[in-house]
Amino acid sequence: MADQSHSKPVHHQEYEKKQHREEMKQQVLTFALMILFTFIAFGMVIFEVDSYFIIPTLIILAVVQVAFQLYYFMHMKNKGHDMVAVMMYGGVAVAALTIITFTSIIWW
Amino acid sequence: MSTAVAQKRGLGAVIWDYLTTVDHKKIAHLYLVSGGLFFLIGGLEAMIIRIQLMKPDNDFISAGLYNEMITMHGTTMIFLAAMPLIFAIMNAVVPLQIGARDVAFPFLNSLGFWLFLFGGLMLNVSWFTGGAPDAGWTNYAPLSTTSPGHGVDYYVMGLQISGAGTLIGGINFLVTIVNMRAPGMTYMRMPLFTWSVFVTSTLILFAFPALTVGLFLMMFDRMFGSAFFDVGLGGNAIIWEHLFWIFGHPEVYILILPLFGAFSDIFSTFSKKRLFGYSAMVFATVLIGFLGFMVWAHHMFTVGMGPIANSIFAVATMAIAVPTGIKIFNWLFTMWGGQIRMTAAMLWSIAFIPSFTIGGMTGVMLAAAAADFQYHDTYFVVGHFHYVIVGGVAFGLFASLHYWWPKMFGKVLNEKLGKLAFWPFFIGFHLTFFIQHFLGLMGMPRRYWVFLEGQGLATGNLISTIGAFFMAIGTIIFLINVVYTSVKEKKVSGDPWEHGRTLEWSIPSPPPHYNFVQTPLVRGLDPLWVEKMDGKEGMTPAEPLGDIHMPNASILPFTISLGTFIAGFGFIYQVDDPIWLVAVFAGMGLTLGSMLTRSLKDDLGHHIHKEELEEDIKKGVGK
Ligand code: HEM
Ligand SMILES: [Cu+2]
Repeated sequence: MADQSHSKPVHHQEYEKKQHREEMKQQVLTFALMILFTFIAFGMVIFEVDSYFIIPTLIILAVVQVAFQLYYFMHMKNKGHDMVAVMMYGGVAVAALTIITFTSIIWW
Repeated sequence: MSTAVAQKRGLGAVIWDYLTTVDHKKIAHLYLVSGGLFFLIGGLEAMIIRIQLMKPDNDFISAGLYNEMITMHGTTMIFLAAMPLIFAIMNAVVPLQIGARDVAFPFLNSLGFWLFLFGGLMLNVSWFTGGAPDAGWTNYAPLSTTSPGHGVDYYVMGLQISGAGTLIGGINFLVTIVNMRAPGMTYMRMPLFTWSVFVTSTLILFAFPALTVGLFLMMFDRMFGSAFFDVGLGGNAIIWEHLFWIFGHPEVYILILPLFGAFSDIFSTFSKKRLFGYSAMVFATVLIGFLGFMVWAHHMFTVGMGPIANSIFAVATMAIAVPTGIKIFNWLFTMWGGQIRMTAAMLWSIAFIPSFTIGGMTGVMLAAAAADFQYHDTYFVVGHFHYVIVGGVAFGLFASLHYWWPKMFGKVLNEKLGKLAFWPFFIGFHLTFFIQHFLGLMGMPRRYWVFLEGQGLATGNLISTIGAFFMAIGTIIFLINVVYTSVKEKKVSGDPWEHGRTLEWSIPSPPPHYNFVQTPLVRGLDPLWVEKMDGKEGMTPAEPLGDIHMPNASILPFTISLGTFIAGFGFIYQVDDPIWLVAVFAGMGLTLGSMLTRSLKDDLGHHIHKEELEEDIKKGVGK
C-alpha cells in the first residue's frame, strides 16, 4: 500500500489514484469470479454431474481460485515478488515429485 | 575471547547472556561449541568402531553395542556435528558479508539453536537409559519399527526436535539474504559463501519437511500403534526409504554447498585474485541444488524399483558431476597465476580438491545402477561418502575455521600448529578411507560387527584403523591450537589476512555487536577490494550516522525448546506407563506458554544512540 503522503508531486498522486482504481476493479472482478466458481462447483455436485467430468473440473477451478488468491489478493502479480514465486513453485515442484514417485514407483 | 568484557561481570552473567542472546555472533559461538562437542563424541564413537574392526573376529564391543555405535556415529556426525558447525560459520559470517546488523529473525535464530541442542542432548541421553538407537543412521523400516527398547524412539524424537531447529534456521537465512543486503549488494555481487548459504537454505526448506513427515509416521508406528511401514497390516516399508532419501540426498548437498562457498572465498583471498568464473560458479551452485532433488533414489537401486526408474535416477545422478566439475575447474583457475599464500586455511582448501574429486568419481561409479548392485552396502560406499564428507565437509570446516577465526574471536589461529594438525589428519584420512574402497570391492559388507580370519580383509582393516588414529591426533592438535591461540596469540585488526575482499573484513575483529556503525555502500563484487583498488581505507557509508535499532535478548527460545525436550521424554515413555503423559502436557505447556508470552508481550527492541556510537568510533570501531 502506497501511502498518500502530501510530499509527492501532483501528477504522481494522480497516477497512484488511477493505479488504485485499476487495482480495485481487478479485485472486485476476481472476487466475483471466485464466487461464481464456487457456485459452479457446488452446483455440479448437487446436480450429480458425471464424476469423470466433475473431478478434473473441480481441480481446475480450485487451481484457478488459488491463483486468483495469490496473484490478485496477495499481490504476487505486482513487482518484487519474484523470489516468493521461485520459492513457492520450487516447493510445489518438490511436493509434486514426491507424489509422482509414490504413485508411480511405490503404489503402481 | 570476545567475552573479555563479559568476564568481569562474573560467570553467571556470562551464562545468562548466552542463554538469552539473539546476537548472531554469539549464536555462532554456541553452535561452534556444541557442534564441536558433538564432533568429539562422534569421533570417539568412530574410534571405537575402528578398534572393533582392527583385527578379525574381535570382541572389543558386543554386537548390539556395535550397532548402537555405528548408528550414533552417523547420526551424530551428520545432524549434530556437521550441520551445527556449518550453522556456526553461517551465523558468524553471512550477516557480515551482506552488510547487515543481524539476521532477519534474531529470536528465531536463537530458537533454532536451542531446538537443535535439546534434540542432540535427547539423542545422547539414550546411552544412559537402556540403549541408543541401533537401526543405522538411515533408520530403515522394518528394522527400526521392530527394534526393541526405546533407542529408536530417541532417534525419532531427537531428530524431530533438532530438525525443527534446522528448518527454522534455514528459513531465517533465506529471509536474511533476500531482504537484508546492504545497498548496492545485488544478487550477483554476493560473495560465493553467501550464495551457497542461500541455495543451502532453500534445500533445507524443501528437504527437511520430508524428514519431518517420515519421522512423524515412524513415531506413530512406534508409539501409537499405526502401521504405515508394517507390511503385515497393509503398510509399506519402502515409503520410509523414499521419504528418508528425498530428505537425505539434498541433505548431503546441504552439508557440502556452504563449504564449496567457503572454499571459493578462501581460494580467491589467498590467491589475491577475483574468483574465476563467478557467474558460472553461481550457476553451478544453483544447478547442484536443483539436481540434488532428483537423484534420491540412487540410494535405492537395489530395492527393486525396476530398470526404468533406476536408469532415470542413474542419469540424473551422473549429471550432478557436471556442475561439480565446473566448480573444481574454476577453483583451479582461480589459483592459476595468483599470488598464492599457503596459510593453514589454504592448505585445507587445496587438499580438499583431490580428495573431494576422488569422492565424486566413486560417486559416479556408484551411480551406474547395474554396477551398484555390486557396490551397494559394502565398504565401497563407506569409502565414497567419507571421501566427500570428510574430504569435503570436514576439510571445509577446518579451512573455514582457520579463515574466519579472527573474525569470530579476534585472533588468528596459530599457523604452525594449524599446519601441524593438517598433516596427520590428511594422511590419516587417506589411510583410513582409501583402502575401504578395496575392502568393499573384496566383498566386505558395511555395518557388520566382525569379519573373519582368512577372508583377506585383515590388513586393509588394520591400515584403516591406524589411519583413524592419525586423524584423532590431527584433531587433538587442532584443539590444542584453539587453547594456545586464545592464551598466547595477539589481537588482530579487522583485516588480518590483509587481502580481505568481502565486507566482513571491513569491520573490527570481532565486530561490535551492531556490526556496522553505518551500513556500507556496495559498489561491486568483492566490495572491500573495490574500495581498496580506489585507494580507500574502508567502505563508503550508505547512510548518515544515526541511532541503531537492535533486538532485545530473550530467554523464551530456551524455554520453548526445553518444553519440547520434556515433552519428548513424555512421548517416548507414555508407551510404558500413561503417567508419562504428565511430561507431555507439562512440556507442551511450557512450550506453548512461552510462545503465548512471546505473542502477547510486545518487545520492540532497543536503540543504540548516536552518542554511544561516536564514543565507539573514538575507540577505533568506525574504521
Ligand atoms: C558427484 C557427486 C556424487 C554422486 C554421483 C554420488 C552418488 C552416490 C550414490 C549412487 C550413492 C549410493 C550408493 C549405495 O548406497 O549403493 C551414494 C551414497 C552416499 N553419498 Fe554420494 N554422491 C555424490 C556426492 C556426494 C556428496 C557431495 C556427499 C556428501 C557431502 C555424498 C554423500 C553420500 C552419502 C552419505 C552416501 C551414503 C548414504 C548411506 O547409505 O548411508 N555424496 N552417493
Ligand atoms: Cu545421494
